[in-house]
Amino acid sequence: MKHEAIIDEPMVEVRDLHVSFGKGAGAVRAVNGVSFALRKGEVLGVLGESGSGKSVMLRTLLGLLPAHARTEGTVTVAGQPVLSLPPDALRRLRGSTVAMIFQEPMTAFDPVFTIGRQIAETIMRHDRVGRDAAMKRAQELLELVAIPSAKGRLANYPHEMSGGMRQRAMIALALACRPSVLLADEPTTALDVTVQIQILLLLRRLQAELDMAVVFVTHDIGVAVEISDRIGVMYAGRFVEEAPIEALVDAHAHPYTRGLLASTVHGQRKGERLETIPGAPPNLAALPPGCAFAPRCRHADDRCRAEAPEPRVVGPSHVARCHHLSAGR
Amino acid sequence: MNALHDVATEFPPQADLVRPREVESPGYWRQVRNRLSRDPVTIGAGTVLALIVLSALLAPLLAPYDPYQGSIMTRMKPVGFEGHPLGTDETGRDMLSRLLYGGRVSLLAGVAPVAAALAIGGTLGVVAGFFGGLVNTLIMRVTDVFYAFPSILLAIAICGLLGAGLVNTLISLTLVFIPPIIRISESVTTQVRAYDFVEAARASGARPMQLIRHQVLANVLGPILVYATSLVSLSIILAAGLSFLGLGVTPPTAEWGLMLNALRQAIYIDPVLAALPGAMIFVTSMCFNLISDGLRGAMDVRIRT
Repeated sequence: MKHEAIIDEPMVEVRDLHVSFGKGAGAVRAVNGVSFALRKGEVLGVLGESGSGKSVMLRTLLGLLPAHARTEGTVTVAGQPVLSLPPDALRRLRGSTVAMIFQEPMTAFDPVFTIGRQIAETIMRHDRVGRDAAMKRAQELLELVAIPSAKGRLANYPHEMSGGMRQRAMIALALACRPSVLLADEPTTALDVTVQIQILLLLRRLQAELDMAVVFVTHDIGVAVEISDRIGVMYAGRFVEEAPIEALVDAHAHPYTRGLLASTVHGQRKGERLETIPGAPPNLAALPPGCAFAPRCRHADDRCRAEAPEPRVVGPSHVARCHHLSAGR
Repeated sequence: MNALHDVATEFPPQADLVRPREVESPGYWRQVRNRLSRDPVTIGAGTVLALIVLSALLAPLLAPYDPYQGSIMTRMKPVGFEGHPLGTDETGRDMLSRLLYGGRVSLLAGVAPVAAALAIGGTLGVVAGFFGGLVNTLIMRVTDVFYAFPSILLAIAICGLLGAGLVNTLISLTLVFIPPIIRISESVTTQVRAYDFVEAARASGARPMQLIRHQVLANVLGPILVYATSLVSLSIILAAGLSFLGLGVTPPTAEWGLMLNALRQAIYIDPVLAALPGAMIFVTSMCFNLISDGLRGAMDVRIRT
C-alpha cells in the first residue's frame, strides 16, 4: 500500500554528520560521524556527558548552528535536506514541522510578553489565523499540557509561573503548530525530580497521541530510559553504541555504556560504592587518533589507540563501536 | 487541529485537583501605571514637571508683562517688589514673565535633541548589536571617535561650526547625544541577543525582522528609554551652557541659561534674583532624573509587585 510506504519513510535521517568550529589544527570537532534514522512515533534518546556534542547535533537538525560552523554529511528532516535548505524554506520548516524544547524554560521565554501572546505569535507565524483564533488555540494548547485554569494563565508573564508550569508552557509552545518532529534539549534538567517525572510522562503521552518522532537529548540515564524507545550513547561526537532500550540496559556492549550504567544511583544498589569512569572527556580540539574513549578505558590496547573502531552489529538494531565488544558486558 | 482536540478531551486538565485562584494578570501598561501610582517620588516629580510644562505652554496667558519690554526705572528690583512678584532683571524686564517664556525654549532644548538622538542612535545601536560582525565594528568604531570628546566640548565645537541660534543648538545637541545612545542600545541588544528566547524564536521560524521587533526591541526599549530620560536634564543644562557661552540662543531671547548668564554680574547686588533661572534649570532637570529613575523600576516586568 502506498500509505504504508509514507509511514515507513524515516522522519529524521542523519548520515555521517560532521560538525566542526574553526579551521585547521585548532578546530573543535563537536560531531564526528553520527548516523541514525528515526521513524514516525519513535523516541530516540541521546545520552552523553557535557561536551559530547549532543546539543550541537540537535541544533544541526534545525539548522540552528552559528555561521562559522562547518558541516559535512546529510541531514534529512521530514524529507527536507536541512543543511542545504535556503533560509526561507528553513524558516518554514522550523516551528511547524520541527519544534524544539529548551533546557531552561525561564530563559527560553521572552520575559516581557505574556505566555499566551508568545504561543499565539508562533501560531500566527505559520498559519494564517487572526489573533483571537490564535489565542483560543493557545488556550487549548495550555489545556493539552494540563495547565490548570489555562485561560487565566494565558495572561501570565513567564516569571509568574513555577518551573514545572513554565516547562509545560514551553511544550505547549513547541506543539503550537502540530510538529511531526520534536527536538528536546535536556527539557527536565532544570526541574526538580518530582516535576521531572510529570513532564516526562506528559511528553510520553503527547508523543504517543500526536504520533511525533522525538529526539531527546539528556545526560541523565534514568530519564533516557524512561522516555526512549532507542538510545544512542554519544561520546566525543560519535554514537559509540545505539540500541533498543532493553538491549542497552541488559546487553550493553561498549565499556563506556557499562561505565555510565555503573555510575548511576538506584535503589537496589544501596550501600554500595558507586563506580566512576576515570579521567575526563577528550578535548574536542585534539581528539586521539584511535578510539576516543581509549585513554579512559581499562580494556584499551595498542589497536584501540591506533585505529578508530567502526560500528559493529551486536544484536537486532544494536550497534557499537569497540574493538573489544565482549569486554563491555 | 482534530488530533489536538481529541487529546484535550481525553485528558482533561487537572484543574479540579487544586483549586487555583483565578490568575488574571493586568496588561503591561496598566501594570506600569499601577506601579507608578504607588511611587510618591515619581508622582511628585511628574506633577512638578507637568506644572512647569503647562506654565511654559500657557506663558502668553500667565505672564503679567511682556518679557521683552523693560523699564529703566525698575531695574534690578528684588523678589516681591510691588507689581513684580519675582522682581526685575538688569534691564527692568519682569522676571516672572521671562522665566515663563524661557521655559518654552529650555524645555524644547531638553526634549527635542534627545528624541531625535533616540531615533537615530537607537536604530544604529540595535542594528549594530543585532547583526554584529562587520556592521557592528563599523558603527561602533565611528561612535568611539565621537565618544572620545567630552560632550560639552563636542557641543561647543559643533555649535561653533554651525553658528549661534536655536536650531543649530538643537542639531549640535542631537549629534552629541547620538554616540552614548548608540553605546547603550548596542550593549543591551548584544546582551538580549544571547538569550535563549531569541534562539527559541529562531527555532520556531521567526525572520530577522520579527526577531528584532518582538524579541529584541521589547526587551531593549525600556533601558534605552530610561537612559534617554536621564539625558533630557543634561540636554537642558548643555543648552543653557551654550547660551551662557554665547553659542546658543542669542539675546534678548528669554531662555534660562541666557538669563543666568546675564544676571551673573548681578550676583553681589541680588543673589536671590540671580539664582532664579538656575533654580528653574535645577528643578526641571531634577524632575526628569527622578522620573527616569521611577520608570526604570516600573517598566521592568521581572520585578514582582
